[in-house]
Amino acid sequence: MKRRPLWRYPAATGILLLALWYAIKRLYHIQSFVLPAPDEVLAAAWQERRTLLASALLTGRGALFGFLAAVGIGFLLSMLMAFSVRLKQSFYPYILVVQMTPVIVLAPIFVLWLGQGEPSIIAITFMICFFPIVANTTMGLISADRNLQELFVMCKASRFQEIRYLRVPSAMPYFLTGMKIAGTLAPIGAITGDFLAGSSQNGIGGIGFMTIAYFSQLKIPALFATGMVACLLGFFFVGGVSLLHWFLLHKWHDSMVKKE
Amino acid sequence: MNPPPIVRLDRLGKRFGDGPPVLEDISLEAERNEFVSFIGPSGCGKSTLLRLIAGLTPHSSGEIVVDGLTPEAARAEVFVVFQDANLLPWRRVAANVDLPLMLRGDSRPSRRQRVAEMLELVGLAGEAHKFPWQLSGGMRMRVSIARALSVAPRILLLDEPFGALDEMTRDQLNEDLLAIRERDPFTAFFVTHSVAEAVFLSTRIVVLSPSPGRVASVIPVPFPYPRCAELRESTEFLRLLAQTSHALRAVHAPEAPP
Repeated sequence: MKRRPLWRYPAATGILLLALWYAIKRLYHIQSFVLPAPDEVLAAAWQERRTLLASALLTGRGALFGFLAAVGIGFLLSMLMAFSVRLKQSFYPYILVVQMTPVIVLAPIFVLWLGQGEPSIIAITFMICFFPIVANTTMGLISADRNLQELFVMCKASRFQEIRYLRVPSAMPYFLTGMKIAGTLAPIGAITGDFLAGSSQNGIGGIGFMTIAYFSQLKIPALFATGMVACLLGFFFVGGVSLLHWFLLHKWHDSMVKKE
Repeated sequence: MNPPPIVRLDRLGKRFGDGPPVLEDISLEAERNEFVSFIGPSGCGKSTLLRLIAGLTPHSSGEIVVDGLTPEAARAEVFVVFQDANLLPWRRVAANVDLPLMLRGDSRPSRRQRVAEMLELVGLAGEAHKFPWQLSGGMRMRVSIARALSVAPRILLLDEPFGALDEMTRDQLNEDLLAIRERDPFTAFFVTHSVAEAVFLSTRIVVLSPSPGRVASVIPVPFPYPRCAELRESTEFLRLLAQTSHALRAVHAPEAPP
């Protein structure tokens, strides 16, 4: 059987959707300030490229720092919770409380404490990314294979050795899953943070800030272009985590290993 | 005077929590370098018995002495080969064999030499750099045995190690296990469902009856070592096979009328 290239079906779907977009706009005579055509969006993106690039970098930086903080602190906290039932019982409900509190409510508080701008954005991103990492990593650390645990007992392994050579490696797939979820959330978190707590230097803010700016100026094609950039930023993050996933697991984990 | 037994079980009993007894009144002594097989129907507590000797679970009554110590204290002399190969999937073959040595804190050059020796011993010198998923079930079991023997334990506990393998591979591994034992003697406790395997390997076969597990009969196997594949075709072997199967059938249907 001849193998068809992987891109054929998604490309066909894409062309179909674009055609549908043009058709609806034509058919219902929708004005460009309500629904711009795809080419108008691209043109606006090109026209605003400097602004969009600068705001993407700004938001990307906020997202990256918030994400990294969540990964680091989340991992450490998971370790603590995985190795002491008492610590887990003490902390976990409050981690849930923090997770359940909407960011919309937390944002003004962060602005109050950290001021308008990047620190608040990082804090908001952190809040959004933190939970999936902690939940997944903790799960991974406590669910190391029982038989392997007994092997370590038979080897008289110390607590530290068990963590280093058994718990952490077997939690890796869980940790990376947490990172993947957090990776999709990080740009959203940063944009939300920027939307709620962003500021502008020389008229250029993050993506969230530009959304407000373009909307108030009724630059609707540029607003759509901003959405496109935000989407690309998301792919960039997920791509990064997927790369890390591949790098750490491709040699041994079932999710990566090809069996003939 | 005879040397003291390396493992002594005295009216040993085990129950989990408030549940019914799993094992009851097990008394058994094993001489150094004996090969004792436990055989019996499912649920007779064979695996639990091994776990008690390994000190992985506490006993409820009676006494258990391993090399003059409690099972927990004797752990340095004991190693378990688990039901499935139980390898760390993220470590290569050599690193898996190396694991107990590394955890014990041996020096790097001595570890490297020992791992090479062990892989040579189980015939996997060429596979040192593969990951477990790249090996067949039989090869994975060989790695597991190499890992267990790397620390040169005086007592090896094997919990149905070849249960999941095809008969050819199983026979081959049985022969290899005995060959390895000729070189580096150890006392073995072996849990199995296969009568042929038990007769081929053991100096003694302990038949357990179920719920609760008790010693139903002990069958000595008089064949001298080294044993080779041809033993399986001898009349004496077949006679013992029949005798053991008979003993096993008896515990399967204890209520059968005489």
